[in-house]
Amino acid sequence: MIRSLASRTGQMLLVIFGISVLVFCIFFATPGADPTARIAGRGASPQVVERIRAEYGFDRPLPVQYVKMMEKLFVTRDLTSFVNHGQRVVPEVLQAAPVTLSLVLWAAFFWVSGSLVFGIASAVLRDSWVDRLLMVLGLIGLSMPVFWLGEVVNLVTQSRWHDTFLFRWVPPLGYVPFSQSPWGWAKALFLPSLTLAVCFIGLYARVLRSELLTAMGEDAIRTARAKGAGPVRVWLWHGLRLSWLSYVSLFGLDFAQLLGGGALLTEVVFAMPGVGRLTYQALATLDLPLIMATVMYAAVFVVIANALVDGLYALLDPRIMEGRHGR
Amino acid sequence: MGADALLKLHHLHLELPNGTPLLEDVSLTVRRGDALGVVGESGSGKSLTAMSVMGLLPSLKASGSIRFEGRELLGMKDREWRRLRGVGMAMIFQDPMTAFLPVRSIGAQIDEQIRLHEPVSRREARARTVALLGRMGVPDPEAAAKRYPHQLSGGLRQRAMIAMALSCDPALLIADEPTTALDVTVQAQILTLLCEIRASGAGVMLITHDMGVVAQTCTHVAVVYSELVVEQGPVAAVMARPLHPYTQALLEAIPPLDGPRPDALPTIPGRPPAPDARPEGCVFAPRCRYVRPDCAVRPALREPEEGRRVACVLYDA
Repeated sequence: MIRSLASRTGQMLLVIFGISVLVFCIFFATPGADPTARIAGRGASPQVVERIRAEYGFDRPLPVQYVKMMEKLFVTRDLTSFVNHGQRVVPEVLQAAPVTLSLVLWAAFFWVSGSLVFGIASAVLRDSWVDRLLMVLGLIGLSMPVFWLGEVVNLVTQSRWHDTFLFRWVPPLGYVPFSQSPWGWAKALFLPSLTLAVCFIGLYARVLRSELLTAMGEDAIRTARAKGAGPVRVWLWHGLRLSWLSYVSLFGLDFAQLLGGGALLTEVVFAMPGVGRLTYQALATLDLPLIMATVMYAAVFVVIANALVDGLYALLDPRIMEGRHGR
Repeated sequence: MGADALLKLHHLHLELPNGTPLLEDVSLTVRRGDALGVVGESGSGKSLTAMSVMGLLPSLKASGSIRFEGRELLGMKDREWRRLRGVGMAMIFQDPMTAFLPVRSIGAQIDEQIRLHEPVSRREARARTVALLGRMGVPDPEAAAKRYPHQLSGGLRQRAMIAMALSCDPALLIADEPTTALDVTVQAQILTLLCEIRASGAGVMLITHDMGVVAQTCTHVAVVYSELVVEQGPVAAVMARPLHPYTQALLEAIPPLDGPRPDALPTIPGRPPAPDARPEGCVFAPRCRYVRPDCAVRPALREPEEGRRVACVLYDA
C-alpha cells in the first residue's frame, strides 16, 4: 500500500516535471524570439528589459533559465507580471483559486445530482416518453454553448425580469467570499454554477443511462433478483455499483479541468474573479508569466485529480488494484 | 405424484410479447427429497423453465400453471414472488464468475441475501455466512468471505454460490448447469454437495445437458426436447429402458466405458426445429426412426407405466 502510494506520487511528480519543461519550452525557449521582450510586454523601456534579462538569467544557458523560472514560480513565488505593473503572479492565482473552487464545487453538486436523477429515471423508464423527453433535454443541454446560455441567464435575471418576484433575489454579477457572507456566497454562485452544470448534466445523464442499461443485462443482476432483492435495491445498489466506473472517471477529469481554469467562459460571463478569468485576462494582454502560472496550476490539478480517480477506481472495483500493482 | 409435490409445473407455456412461443408445454414435478434432472440440448428450454419458476422473466407471457408448495405462482404479484425467491426457492447459476457482483466481497453478497429475508444484525448474518461457507467445504471460511469473486478459484466460487443459495434454507434448489464452467474433479465435489443437500430434505432441480451428471446426482429425470417434456421418470428406470425414441438416441450417443471402442458414435440426424418452425405434430417426428402417420398429431404426456411418463404414440394404448 505504502509502496504503491509512493510510486504513484513519484509518477505524479515526474508528470508535473514534464509539463513544466514543456510549458517552459513553449513560452521561453522558442527559437528566434527573445523571451525578455515578451515578458516585458510591448513598449517596455530598455532599462526594464535589461533588468528582466538579468533577473531571469536569459543571458545564461537554457537549464539555468529553467531552474530560475521554476524557482520564481514555486520557491520564492515572486514571478512578476510586467504588463500588469509589477503584480506578483503566484498570489494572484492563489487568490483566484477559491472562487473557482466554489464555483466548480457547486456546479459538481448540481451536475452529479441532476445527472443521477435523469440518468436513473430514463434508464428505469427506458423507451417510454419520459426517457425520450429526458434524453432530448439532455441533448439540448449538451449542445448549448455555456457562454450563450450564461448571457441569456444574465439577460433574464439581471435586466429583463430582475424586478419580478422570481429573480429579485439575484445578486449583481460577481463573487462574494464565503467568509464575508455564506448566504451571499451561495446566492452569487447559484446561477453561474447551474449554468456551468447544464451541459454536464446532459452528458452525464446519457452516459449513466447507457452504462446502467448495459449493467442491468449482466448475470449478477439476475442473481440479485433471484436473491429476492426488490427493484429499488437492484437498480440502485447492484446496478449503479456495476455501472458507475466510467461515470466516476469522467467526473474526475472534468472536475479537474474545470478547477484548472476550464470554467473560463462561465467565469468571464458572470464576472467571477476565478482562475479561468485570470487566464482570459492574461491571454488578452499577452501576460506571459501569468499565463505560465495558470497553465502550471491547471496541470497540477489535473494530475492530482487523475491520481485521486485512480485511487477511487481501486476502491470501487477491487479487480483493478491487482491488475495495476501485480507487476 | 401426490399432494406432497413441492413444485408442479402443469402445461407451462411461455411466449414472447410478439407471440413467438418459447416453451411449448412443460409439465414436471419435484417432490421433497427428490432431485429432478432436466436434460436437453442447448436451446431446448431448460434454463427458461428454471427462470420462469423463479419469476425472473417478467417480460414474457406465461400460461399454464406453476404450483409451489400448493400455491399458484403464475399471476402472483411480484412483491409476493420476491418473498419466495431466496427463501422458498433459490437458484445456482451456471457461471459463478459472472453471477456474483464483481465489486463486492462474496461474504457481503451472502450477508445481503440473509438480511433481505430475515431481521438479523450484520454480525449475525456474517456469522451465518461463515458457517455456511464452512459447511460447503470452503477452507478458512472467515477469510474467504472477505474475498472478491475474482480472487477465488472456480470451485470455491461455485461453493460460495451454493452457500448463498442455501443461506435461507430454501425448500427448492434450482441449479442451472452448476458444473459446466468447472473442471471434472471440482464438478464431482459440487455434485456430491448437491446430493447431500437433497438428502437433507430439500427438493433439487438440476438443469444439465450431461446424462452422466443426472445418473450420478438425481433421483428422477425429465427429458426436454424442443421446449417440450418428452419423457419423465426415475433415473434408474429411464437409463435402463428409455421409452421415448429421443431418450433412446440420446443414451446411445454416450460412448461405452468398456468393450471395444466404436468407430463412430451414433448420432441423431437433423437438428432441433427452430421455435417458429416447430412441427404441428410430434416435435421429434422429423428425426425419429419410428415415425408413423399418426405422429402428425402431437402426442400427450401419458403414464404407460407406474411413475413413468412419455409423450409418444408408440405407447398409446
